[in-house]
Amino acid sequence: MSNIGYVRTKMLPEQVPPSSAVGPIKWIRENLFSSVLNTILTVLSVFFLYYVLAIVLPWVWNGSWTAGSLKECREVIAAAAGEYASEHGHGAACWSVIRERYLQLIYGFYPAEEYWRPNLTFALMLVALLPILFSNLPRKMLWFSAVYPFVAFWLLWGGSIFTPLGVMIGFVLGYALMLLMGKRFGSIVGTICAIMAPILWWSLAVGPIDTALSGVVAGMRAESYPAKLERSVSELAAINDVDGSMRFKLTAKRTLLSAFAQIDPARASVVEAKQSLVSAKAQGATADQIDVAETAVERAVSSLRRFKNEAGRVGLDPVESAKFGGFMLSIIIGVSGIVLSLPLGVLLALGRQTNLFIVKTLCVGFIEFIRGVPLITLLFVASTLLNYFLPPGTTFDIILRVVIMVTLFAAAYMAEVIRGGLAALPTGQYEAADALGLDYWKATRLIIMPQALKISIPGIVSTFIGLFKDTTLVSIIGLLDPIGLTANIRADANWNGIVWELYGFIALMFFVFCFGMSRYSMYLERKLKTGH
Amino acid sequence: MSATTDPKRGGFQLSQLIYDTRYRSMTIQIVALVFFLLGLGWLLNNAAQNLAALDKGLSFGFLGEAAGYDVNQKLVEYHNQMSHGRAALVGVLNTLLVAVLGCILATFLGVIIGVLRLSNNWVVARIMTFYIEMFRNVPVLLWIVLAMAIFIENLPAPKSFRGDDASMWFSETVAVTNQGIFIPRIMGTDYWWLFGVAIVVSVFFWRGINKWASDKQDRSGLRPSTWLIRLVALLLPVLVVYFATTAFTSGHQRDFLVRSTTAVASLDEIKAGKRPDLCFVGGSTSSLNASRVLEKFDIKYRRKKYVTHGGALEGFISGKCSMLSIADADMDQVMADVKENINGDGVLSAVSVDFTTGRALQIDYPALPAKGIPRFEGGTHIRGSLIALTLALALYTAAFIAEIVRAGIMAINKGQSEAAFALGLRPNRTMNLVVLPQALRVIIPPLISNYLNLTKNSSLAIAVGYMDITGTLGGITLNQTGREMESLLILMAIYLAISLTISSIMNWYNESVKLRER
Repeated sequence: MSNIGYVRTKMLPEQVPPSSAVGPIKWIRENLFSSVLNTILTVLSVFFLYYVLAIVLPWVWNGSWTAGSLKECREVIAAAAGEYASEHGHGAACWSVIRERYLQLIYGFYPAEEYWRPNLTFALMLVALLPILFSNLPRKMLWFSAVYPFVAFWLLWGGSIFTPLGVMIGFVLGYALMLLMGKRFGSIVGTICAIMAPILWWSLAVGPIDTALSGVVAGMRAESYPAKLERSVSELAAINDVDGSMRFKLTAKRTLLSAFAQIDPARASVVEAKQSLVSAKAQGATADQIDVAETAVERAVSSLRRFKNEAGRVGLDPVESAKFGGFMLSIIIGVSGIVLSLPLGVLLALGRQTNLFIVKTLCVGFIEFIRGVPLITLLFVASTLLNYFLPPGTTFDIILRVVIMVTLFAAAYMAEVIRGGLAALPTGQYEAADALGLDYWKATRLIIMPQALKISIPGIVSTFIGLFKDTTLVSIIGLLDPIGLTANIRADANWNGIVWELYGFIALMFFVFCFGMSRYSMYLERKLKTGH
Repeated sequence: MSATTDPKRGGFQLSQLIYDTRYRSMTIQIVALVFFLLGLGWLLNNAAQNLAALDKGLSFGFLGEAAGYDVNQKLVEYHNQMSHGRAALVGVLNTLLVAVLGCILATFLGVIIGVLRLSNNWVVARIMTFYIEMFRNVPVLLWIVLAMAIFIENLPAPKSFRGDDASMWFSETVAVTNQGIFIPRIMGTDYWWLFGVAIVVSVFFWRGINKWASDKQDRSGLRPSTWLIRLVALLLPVLVVYFATTAFTSGHQRDFLVRSTTAVASLDEIKAGKRPDLCFVGGSTSSLNASRVLEKFDIKYRRKKYVTHGGALEGFISGKCSMLSIADADMDQVMADVKENINGDGVLSAVSVDFTTGRALQIDYPALPAKGIPRFEGGTHIRGSLIALTLALALYTAAFIAEIVRAGIMAINKGQSEAAFALGLRPNRTMNLVVLPQALRVIIPPLISNYLNLTKNSSLAIAVGYMDITGTLGGITLNQTGREMESLLILMAIYLAISLTISSIMNWYNESVKLRER
């Protein structure tokens, strides 16, 4: 064959492709300038980007971090930028408002010396979340996750440690009874016992046990009181020394010393002392005298409060819900809502799918009702109406009420998402579970739910994100979440008129949380993907 | 499952309630129902006890009582002596207004953004992705309060329009202030509804012509050119109504009924006195004519707007204003009416003016009075809260709609458009006849559920002081009357009614576009 002259015996080397069909040039041609319209769009959008960035970047970068008020900040920026800023009017940001108020935006009015508590709670939350989010960690860590809610509650709100312990024991009791009675009398009796026993325990036993234990502790500590009380009384007496004309009642001294049990009347006399301070001001006591007296009253009041609170308590200083605020509050409501709404949503979805007519009707009614009304009306219910539905005389915490309503709200949406997952499962899966002889709960737990939940991950996560964003609505019923705080900050004479810096910062924080969640859901989807 | 085992003989045993699958579901349901009813009864019992302790039973009577508060934006007649129920109605209409505006704007933006995100232009697609992520991941409440804050802080106050600090747009017709935007207002005759009829007739003609053209095309294969005749069909009815009503309105003389300390015989005397208040009916030619008279005589006056003639008359009688514009022919009758009912003192006098003119449509421009409180008068006032709320809701919802639109378009198999091309359809007909009908089936249900979300989110209006139903019934009425239970029940019922209406429309639509499969 080699004698056929026109057959090429040696291949030519491959030529490099033309530069327009490879590399960045090809990419640019295809993605930016593929047609006239595309070219116009590209030019327009590049111009738009330049226009926006030329304003935003210098604004962010040249911002002032040190000024003490908006006016001062504007002056500083105008001085730094000279004519340019005043001509173009965009100037630069006043980040000093963030520097001054970031602690408030994070913690609200939580006492500063107790910041370690929310910090620790948050850190522990990450630890508790880890074994749930990432399945390759040791399973034993889940025990900590189970205990975590009680730890978190106790850390944040403080107070006696017996309360969360009592509540926890209720759950253990319920679980134990379910196993015990379930084995003995069948699953229905077990379930009923598991529901009833903890409710009885919480409503009847926890309160008295807490009081009794606190009493015992108070008795054990009683010896150390007199010394402390004596000190407080001498502080109170100092007020009297300042100005004899103040009609401060010395009876306070006696009531103080009499007993721990009578501290409340003692506080009343401190209040009286404060009032007489006011009248002393009117009568013309000097500023120095008033100052000394005021500090003395303050100190007496706070030491009294410490006595009363510390006497029988094993635990942390209690912090009222009114002091909670900022992102801490958003995270508390958001995370509790997320954690509680998922199981409730699963139950509701199962209830809606079942063929038990009454259960189904109840679930459908609940879901459709909740989905038909805006969250804000439910929050109004939480703030004004929920106490009506409790036994007369009981009140409970506003944050707790909000968490309940937010949970119910999210659960209805969650139920619809999960119902979608349940409906997407092929009937064969249900039939295969039946064929294996599994009962309803086993089939649901082992076969149906894992698959249904996997299908509904995107929906579940977007419900979570929606819930977290919706926590801002609590500002409307007067809780101080970040948006509620902006009203506070903007009402401050120093920062009156600030807009972009404040809202920009809050928006950025929310963006980080929500975007993070949506990225995690994508990771989860990829990880759980079992198809080909 | 256990069907193979025969039930035990020997009659019914109690344990069968739990262990026999025939009875078990019944048992479970009855237990659940009993628990539910017990819980419900407990809650209701508590509520009854608590309400009794506060001495306020459940009663909806407060809806009929005078509200006592003003609402700054009202689409129907309302003043603070009207009932709480009326205030709630004003609120409902405001809710619907913001919902409708928001939905239209959100759809418009969402479709554009969704399509652009699919664009093969890298920069544009990135910008749109950024937009979507930015709006989706930040709470809507923040967008609403931010929009309001920007509105208040960055736009000029009406006061600054007096100097050189700010000026009106579009040759002095539109004023953008931090209290809202003032735009010119078209004032129609009292027969303005005829224009609505005219538009319906136009649409009817338009469709008729299209059908005629299609029929002809079906028969002959050629489509006649119809743009000219369609244009005529579009304009003719409106023009006819315009000229007819103009002929009717023009020449109707307006007189004034004036209440003052001394009798008044001419407009010059009013001009000399202090600034009068004019009760007028918004958006009608009669009031336009009246104001034209006053302007011609160079009289400065304050406007008190009413929706109906009856309302304006009532306002005059109750002393809200000192002038009322009345058609010449009705003067004696009205005068007698007013004399009979009027309270307070003052002398009534009828002022006749020789001023007859008027076209069926007039434009009322907003203007800032040179003296007095800096407040724009005339035109239509679109409040800042309405704009901020609508804009924020629309921008936020547009991000979700964009994703829906993108998903809908991506859900259509590429083979569909290729097949259409193979059949010889041009690109825009491919889009209209093949891709869109299929994509819409995917897009519409989630789109409507987003409309629903927007409507529910509009309840956040309360954060910017927009008086929607949550602001009136769930806000001021609730706080004033202390009827939390009743107010919230009605509030929820109203939102439920809106939601159920929208979702039943959605179900009906779904049913009508469902793929008919064998």
